Amino acid sequence: MEALELARWQFGITTVYHFIFVPLTLGLSVLVAILQSFYYRTGDIHYKMLTKYFGKLFVIIFTLGIVTGIVQEFQFGMNWSEYSRFVGDIFGIPLAIEALTAFFIESTFLGLWIFGWTRLPKAVHLACIWLVAIASNLSAVWILMANSWMQVPVGYELVGGRAELADFIAILLNERLLVQMPHTILGGFITGGMFVLGLSAWMIIRNQQAEIFLKSAKIALVFTAVASLLTATTGHDQAQETVKTQPMKMAAMEGLWETEQPASFSLFAIINQEEGTSSREIRLPYMLSVLAHNNLTSEVRGMNDLQAEMEEKHGPGDYLPPVAIVYWSFRIMVGLGVVFIIVAFWGLWLWWKGKLQDHPLFLKTSIVMIFLTFLANTAGWMVAEMGRQPWVVYELLLTADGVSPSVFKSSIWITMMGFTLVYGVLAVAAFYLVWYFGKQGAPEEEEGTETNLHTY
Amino acid sequence: MDLQTFWFILIAVLFIGYFFLEGFDFGVGILMPFVSKDEVDRRVTINTIGPFWDANEVWLITAGGAMFAAFPHWYATLFSGFYLPLFLILLALIVRAVGFEFRSKMKERWWRLTADHFIFWGSVLPAFLWGVAFTNIVIGLPIGEDMNFTGALPALLNPYALLGGLVSLLMFTLHGAIFLSLRTTDELRTRVEKTARMMWIPVGLVLLTFAILGYRQTILFEEFGIIPGTLPMIAIVSFIAVIVFMNINRYGYAFAATGATIVFGSLVVFQGMFPLVMPSSLDPDYHLTIYNASSSDLTLTIMSVLAIIFVPIILAYQGWSYWVFRERVTRDAIPRS
Ligand code: HDD
Ligand code: HEM
Ligand code: HEM
Repeated sequence: MEALELARWQFGITTVYHFIFVPLTLGLSVLVAILQSFYYRTGDIHYKMLTKYFGKLFVIIFTLGIVTGIVQEFQFGMNWSEYSRFVGDIFGIPLAIEALTAFFIESTFLGLWIFGWTRLPKAVHLACIWLVAIASNLSAVWILMANSWMQVPVGYELVGGRAELADFIAILLNERLLVQMPHTILGGFITGGMFVLGLSAWMIIRNQQAEIFLKSAKIALVFTAVASLLTATTGHDQAQETVKTQPMKMAAMEGLWETEQPASFSLFAIINQEEGTSSREIRLPYMLSVLAHNNLTSEVRGMNDLQAEMEEKHGPGDYLPPVAIVYWSFRIMVGLGVVFIIVAFWGLWLWWKGKLQDHPLFLKTSIVMIFLTFLANTAGWMVAEMGRQPWVVYELLLTADGVSPSVFKSSIWITMMGFTLVYGVLAVAAFYLVWYFGKQGAPEEEEGTETNLHTY
Repeated sequence: MDLQTFWFILIAVLFIGYFFLEGFDFGVGILMPFVSKDEVDRRVTINTIGPFWDANEVWLITAGGAMFAAFPHWYATLFSGFYLPLFLILLALIVRAVGFEFRSKMKERWWRLTADHFIFWGSVLPAFLWGVAFTNIVIGLPIGEDMNFTGALPALLNPYALLGGLVSLLMFTLHGAIFLSLRTTDELRTRVEKTARMMWIPVGLVLLTFAILGYRQTILFEEFGIIPGTLPMIAIVSFIAVIVFMNINRYGYAFAATGATIVFGSLVVFQGMFPLVMPSSLDPDYHLTIYNASSSDLTLTIMSVLAIIFVPIILAYQGWSYWVFRERVTRDAIPRS
């Protein structure tokens, strides 16, 4: 393998791994804050027990997010030095703001929240977890600002082979950011919601503190139902944005080689990238026109036309992303999105009928959903990032030109093996801890006495 | 003062803040196995930095982000050049954080022992490697015409740089010992205080050797001449003050004094570099300076506004969190399990 490929593999591994924990943090932080708010308002000790139960799991997950995040911060410089030189002007700003406005708040107030149960007045203590939740989601906004600029570069000027900042407001209000940010955050909310729902369901099935966990299940159901609907609608917004700004990605998402009008949505296809064909297709007529432009008749361009256009603009070369991966990742994400909506509303309906706690099939399904949310998130990023290839900054910088020239192949091997190994061990440890503390159920709490979330 | 200078100063402040704060975290992690005589002591030791270590680490993340934004070439050259050492630092920071968070989650001996190793090695390695890295920067590295590092790993492991690593390692350990003396009680506190006193002379000797050799080895002293300037003098005087304050049992002041040694010692490095950020040992034309490594004025201006607003706010609430947890950690505070 070439250094370029190795660097890409390494980036893929570390980032996908970081994004296992991040969406969970985005949703779970908010849910823990909601649970504690319920406790604060009602004084019902059950909510305090739930806050501690999910809080403990939250801290485990958060830790993994932190340690994998540090790697993210530095690996642009390590493996992608030429990329860093090219984008530093623009890309560095959100990264620095993220640290200044989000990471400092998260880390300081999480410490205050964990160890402050016994020291802080109740309202101040509640404010701490809300600050953690808000800052976590804020950090997503900033990092997505960086990513959306790579997808749709705006507000820059090419000076001496670098993209220099020309208009900060344009980057802040990048149309791409405005659709990507809500979709990603809502995906995180689904992840957190399904996590709380699934664990509560597990407890209810085992008939352990079932009465208490029914409360968290209900909160999680409402949360997830809303989030899953909005994820679908914002996903639709994203698709409309993508067809405008990155038509090649949209064509790859659909395995669409020839331009169509009206365009049909593909449900199944076997894609052969070398020959440029999709065979054994099942297609829904008109639906791609709906997805892409919200009407029944519009044209969606195919990869062959787009490739010709790209060659004209940027010179000869292969401008196709890995089509099959992008195609199937998109199907996985959208398919799961529909599944989440169905599950959430099934749960609401059972609750309405008063049968939520004695419907084993539903409860078991909710447990499975925990794992599927991660699949959906990862698939979504595969679409976004691999669909952008071969560009790292769309139509400005090729991924191949971004890699560090001074780093040896052997060094990348070492770091890739090292990270993979350590991440693997951590995954086992974290999974075991979540399972172990999940199984124990909510800690008993007494009225009037306070203990900290944990002591090191 | 131009924007580039302002940002050079700000990045120096971020790194120095990181060395000051995480410096004592590292020290605590390094000392934990040595000053504790039982499990409760170990837990007390770790809990002295319990609510703080993560926020201290964010100083590094901010320094990295700010460097990326203000001096992209510095960021790119530094981290691709120091590829493997940085990898080790990252691994160390990972296992260290996990060690803190996961240690008390299980009662099994092997689990806690593993966590202890994570915490110890996770503190030793970065404490040492940051010293190596910064010494290498001031020695000058083989940086080529395209601003990229052209050497290999052995170029980074020269004896003087390793001595620099020892300096930061020992200095952070001393800083951590004195921090512990402020946060613990009874016997543990006595032991920690004794350790700090015992360390002072060896640390002093290493510092002295490093400084004297520095005249020959680095670019720093071409500017200073024979008589060290004001900043090095302050660093030296504060280091001497450390033992004086310890002897009159004023550990709070002693902590301020080790802190001042770290702050002013690092300032010497940054002041000596200025306006270079990565001197090239191949050709002065290839030096990275604050001017050829920086981003555009617009980026720097926007970043300046943000920094001026947010840095004071951060200092305020981080300070508040130290105030909330100002009480010493006692053995009674550790749950019996
Ligand atoms: C639980 C997670 C989840 C779920 C259920 C969905 N998505 Fe999604 N999707 C994401 C999580 C996600 C993501 C991981 O957050 C992505 C990756 C990049 C981004 O902006 O968000 C994403 C990206 C993404 C993109 C952008 C690709 C690009 O242009 O870069 C589109 C068009 C959609 N999604 C569309 C949908 C549709 C129509 C869904 C219908 C239900 C859907 N997503 C469900
Ligand atoms: C957290 C969710 C993300 C995931 C799972 C993810 C995943 C990936 C994957 C799999 C690739 C490799 C594509 C390929 O090589 O074919 C990639 C590329 C890349 N991504 Fe992301 N990404 C994420 C978010 C981001 C963000 C937020 C940024 C920027 C701030 C970013 C920056 C990059 C860069 C610079 C590359 C180019 C290197 C490469 O092609 O391998 N990514 N990403
Ligand atoms: C590829 C680019 C990325 C970089 C450079 C990066 C950087 C970091 C860093 C340094 C941390 C640790 C903060 C601490 O110590 O407290 C972190 C955690 C976090 N990151 Fe990322 N990150 C990336 C991708 C993402 C994406 C795509 C999102 C969200 C959409 C995200 C959201 C978060 C959140 C919410 C945290 C808080 C801790 C946690 O989630 O457990 N990050 N990230």
